[in-house]
Amino acid sequence: MRRFGGGWGQRLFLLAGIVSVSVLVAVGVAGRAGAQAPKTLVIAIGADQTGLDPQTVQNNESGFVMSTIFDGIVNYKPGSSEVEPGLAQSWTISPDGKVYTFKLRRGVKFHDGTPMNARTVAQDLDRAINPDNPCYVLNRKVDTYDAFTFGSVKGGDVVKMDVMDDYTLRFTLPKPNAPFLSSLAMVWQGIMSPAATKQYSCDASQHPVGTGPFKFVEAVRNDHITVEANRDYWGEKAKVDRIIFRIIPESATRVLALERNEVQIVADVLPADQDRIQKNADLKLYVQPGLTILGVSMSTDLGAFKDKRVRQAMNYAVDKEAINKGLYGGATTASQGIPPVLWGYNKNVAPYPYDVNKAKALLNEAGFPNGFSTEMMVYPNPRGYNPIGGAKLGEAVQGYLAKVGVTVKISQYEWGAYLARFRHDPWEGFAISGWTGDNGDPDNFLGDLFEWGPDPNKPRTNDTSRYRNPEYEKLIQEGRETADQAKRAQIYEKANQVLHDDAPWIFINYTNQVRASRATVKGFQLNPLQMFFHMEKVSLQ
Amino acid sequence: MWKYVAHRLIQVLPVLLGVSLLVFLGMHLIPGDVVQLLLGEKGSEADLQRLRHQLGLDQPIYVQYVRFLLGILHGQFGDSIRTRQPVLWEIGQALPVTIQLSLAALAFAVVVGLVMGVVAARRPHSALDTGTMVFVLVGISMPVFWTGILLLLVFGGILGWLPLSGVLDAGISVRRMTGMPLVDALLSGNWSAAQNAAVHLILPAVTLGGAFMATIARMARSSMLEVLNLDYVRTARAKGVHERRVVRRHALWNALLPVVTLIGLQLGLLLSGAVLTETIFGLPGLGRLTITSVLARDYPVVQGVVIIGAVIFVLANLTVDILYAWLDPRIRYS
Repeated sequence: MRRFGGGWGQRLFLLAGIVSVSVLVAVGVAGRAGAQAPKTLVIAIGADQTGLDPQTVQNNESGFVMSTIFDGIVNYKPGSSEVEPGLAQSWTISPDGKVYTFKLRRGVKFHDGTPMNARTVAQDLDRAINPDNPCYVLNRKVDTYDAFTFGSVKGGDVVKMDVMDDYTLRFTLPKPNAPFLSSLAMVWQGIMSPAATKQYSCDASQHPVGTGPFKFVEAVRNDHITVEANRDYWGEKAKVDRIIFRIIPESATRVLALERNEVQIVADVLPADQDRIQKNADLKLYVQPGLTILGVSMSTDLGAFKDKRVRQAMNYAVDKEAINKGLYGGATTASQGIPPVLWGYNKNVAPYPYDVNKAKALLNEAGFPNGFSTEMMVYPNPRGYNPIGGAKLGEAVQGYLAKVGVTVKISQYEWGAYLARFRHDPWEGFAISGWTGDNGDPDNFLGDLFEWGPDPNKPRTNDTSRYRNPEYEKLIQEGRETADQAKRAQIYEKANQVLHDDAPWIFINYTNQVRASRATVKGFQLNPLQMFFHMEKVSLQ
Repeated sequence: MWKYVAHRLIQVLPVLLGVSLLVFLGMHLIPGDVVQLLLGEKGSEADLQRLRHQLGLDQPIYVQYVRFLLGILHGQFGDSIRTRQPVLWEIGQALPVTIQLSLAALAFAVVVGLVMGVVAARRPHSALDTGTMVFVLVGISMPVFWTGILLLLVFGGILGWLPLSGVLDAGISVRRMTGMPLVDALLSGNWSAAQNAAVHLILPAVTLGGAFMATIARMARSSMLEVLNLDYVRTARAKGVHERRVVRRHALWNALLPVVTLIGLQLGLLLSGAVLTETIFGLPGLGRLTITSVLARDYPVVQGVVIIGAVIFVLANLTVDILYAWLDPRIRYS
């Protein structure tokens, strides 16, 4: 006789279990479609922020979030690296270029209600300048752009700041430094509420309070950061209710998430994914030549590279168009020290064409009819200005150089080790080099990368090719000290011509900045600084 | 029994000392300057020197090690170099997510593995048995990253049935209590968030637990077969006990013992597999934290993670051993 219970009970139980789990999953799956509140914009980024206090952090992901929360004294124009009024509605620069006087807006409040005026802004910037300030940034173990923007007491080049009246703030520079204005617009000089800094014992990086179009809501480590619209913003009001920065480390997953509308904007798109996005009618691709430069640095004071003709020969020997089309998704070939998005770019300077015969002739002239052997340093990982990584570019260049008789031995170093050697050791040969602009000023490229600088015994840290040309040095100095932008542009155009001729690098390209969004996202614009400025203009259809 | 436990707990100290020395040396011997990495192309000489000094990295290495060791003894693991937040806080944010994932993977592996193993053992050499074991063999052979990406592509990308990444959908928030999203959602009565968290957990748990499930199935099958051939089982059958009851009441528990041992042995693999799974599915757990910190040479975090990981590992193994003794009265530790 078969008894009920036992076997039957067991099977019924199992069946019930399976059914309930299935129902749970099905409802959960179905529920996902409606899980997002209306007017939420989700942006996929590849890594987490490491702090949201503008003066105490330097990495891109932190910058992405901070660019929605903070304003600077001046801001960048939408889609541009040119400067427009920010918290200051107007300013004057003295004829000698040393005194900057800003008139601040009235009626603006920080997100915590603190009034924004010359005193509160000065309170925030005091920790950048004054070593006696209890929150002095350089006393904290943080990386910062403060010394870059304001100089430092230790370096003997710090600016003087004075509160002239409630809404007038004045900076007196020790020497004229025209890039100062562009540096103030950087996301790293966003103005933090001094009350927040005080409340959190000098470290408001987990509780940022700015004046920007969005307010900080929450950050869950390695998962997401949420900001919501600031309904009291002094400028254009946001058209979405909130923005969620979602951290998705794998780039393939980010693109999948975009296709499934789990995210609406993807921050960095690899060249390999661009085709797929362009073919998809639901998606939109945004491409702009970046504020970047990529090249192969040559040791201009050692070996065959001491001779300008050899360096030029190297530039003729490499087919840059082919590399840029094949490996970099059609990035613009480089001809000089700054990218075309920057004023001061010399349109009359064309890239070195691919000409093997010319290269061989120059090598012959320089005394190397049979070429020579040398080394190249590369690193494996991608950089912002080099999305495919150093090793791949090195191999491509090595191939071309072999055809003109230059044998290159490639040595790969892990990124940290690479930087240490590249910037501090007297290396000889080639090294993959590049740069992403900080403040949208030509001096940031031409000075930082190619100027020898004031110390007669060693070059500026990033003049890794150890390039030293007195004519060039003079031009760079002049550019820094001239206030008028039109005059500066002329100076930099000349400097770019000199640089092109001297060829301390094999100039490769200006990598494109590439982002993608759903077609329903309107008003989104790339800007050369790569930050999410002016997100108040973005709407979702 | 308690003397045994106390003995095992005291053994934790030399383990920690050894682990701390190894991880410290390991981190400091690999090339790559953390300050240089932090600043990238942008750091000036002044910046590099300043930061190195502020982080105590310009001291001789033995001084740094002693400071580190003294810190640990006071429960101070220092601050992350990358984020400037306390190491313990960073670990505290990440650890519950990994624990949630590991438990889910373990549950999946044990339940499914046991069922498959027992079912196969009940009809040895049948089509069911062979089919199950082939499936199991495939499961053991496929590496975690391959399985994970495959599942993600099929169920997340092509079919769109399951989420692509993260522990919750964007826009869903849960009050943080334990740090495990599913548990927190249940504790705060937020049923829709709990469903969402469960759905996000499916693919990662299956990925991580997959190989382990296969191993358990095989072990359960062979263990069960062995037990089913023992005298006392034959006696029970002879007494007329229903086969199902024979399996459930008499054979199963004894067959379970090797599986428990297996769990103890495999725990380490589970924790390390979590690194790959978390990266593929973008889960904010300890594995991701470790990778990011190693790549950035964030010594304090890596040291903290390894030491705490070692403690967890030792305690988990101890728990398994005690469980084993509880299950099998024949085993006694003296």
